[in-house]
Amino acid sequence: MSADELTRDLERAFPGHPADLRRLHARLAEAAQRDGILDVAYRTVDSPVGPLLLAATEAGLVRVAYASEDHSAVLQALADRISPRILAAPARLDVPARELDEYFAGLRRSFDLPLDWRLSAGFRRAVLSHLPEIGYGQTASYAAVARLAGNPKAVRAAATACATNPLPVVVPCHRVIYSDGRAGRYLGGPEAKRALLTLETAA
Amino acid sequence: MTGKQPFEAVVARHGATVLRVCRAVLGPADADDAWSETFLSAMRAYPDLPEGANVEAWLVTIAHRKAIDVTRAAARRAVPVAETPDDAAPPPADSPGDDLDGGLADAVARLPAKQKQAVAYHYLAGLPYADIAAIVGGSADTVRRAAADGIATLRRTYQETTHERRDP
Repeated sequence: MSADELTRDLERAFPGHPADLRRLHARLAEAAQRDGILDVAYRTVDSPVGPLLLAATEAGLVRVAYASEDHSAVLQALADRISPRILAAPARLDVPARELDEYFAGLRRSFDLPLDWRLSAGFRRAVLSHLPEIGYGQTASYAAVARLAGNPKAVRAAATACATNPLPVVVPCHRVIYSDGRAGRYLGGPEAKRALLTLETAA
Repeated sequence: MTGKQPFEAVVARHGATVLRVCRAVLGPADADDAWSETFLSAMRAYPDLPEGANVEAWLVTIAHRKAIDVTRAAARRAVPVAETPDDAAPPPADSPGDDLDGGLADAVARLPAKQKQAVAYHYLAGLPYADIAAIVGGSADTVRRAAADGIATLRRTYQETTHERRDP
């Protein structure tokens, strides 16, 4: 019995089956939530614009990310900027997931969720906080959004704020377009932006 | 700048190894509790873990302490008998796996604690003897000897079992 064979036999005698690990993981997520050490919980949901990563702190939804942003890179950025105490823990995202489902089904026109704005600051945050004022199915120009945020000259900065929105879909940066009708930059890509606008005008 | 990985990645990468170690050291009945306590404790301390630390050795260190806690709690619940740390734990009542794997699990369960730990931490967690010595106390040489003694016993009992099974 060589050392490798011994290791192999021991691994068979003391298994670490995926089913057991899933059960233990769920138990860990519950205990971490109970003890207040689950700084960021996340899950992914399917949507007509591809899988979306949803992440929430104790304060509220902090990040929605498109697959094109690379979900593992987004999680690493959350670890760097908020806390590395991050677990896949679907329970905290149940309400956001349900509201997104309703939105994509055309049954919901606005989101009623606690949001954690900590990933955006200053003028960008001011811009984003005004976006829910653009009604469902409506659009506004970057210039109009700059005006709403209190700085009519900062059109480019308003465009950057929309293009780097940490909470796309829920904070409707997709409703901001160029005055000539072009869609403009979007984290999820131009197709996703058009898909959301089409969904909202069809419903 | 990229710092620590999300804790989820730590669980994904090391969860199975820690479960195997807990099962080997404690038996199947108490392994779940030890695993849960280990990862909950590790998650609490994770932001303070120094960059570049050996995560697996760190987790096994925590698991080792939790296993001692679990063993002591079990001893308190049990009928009071004289207990020394090197006493062999009784074999688990319901070993997983088929006869062959159960035979090895039983043989491990009957090893004295120091030998069991040395075998589990070296052969299942892949830690070098010096790292194990830092966890369980003593020198790398004592740990090496404990592992060798444990393996010798396992070879004897386990191969007898397989031999009996093949040639009744």
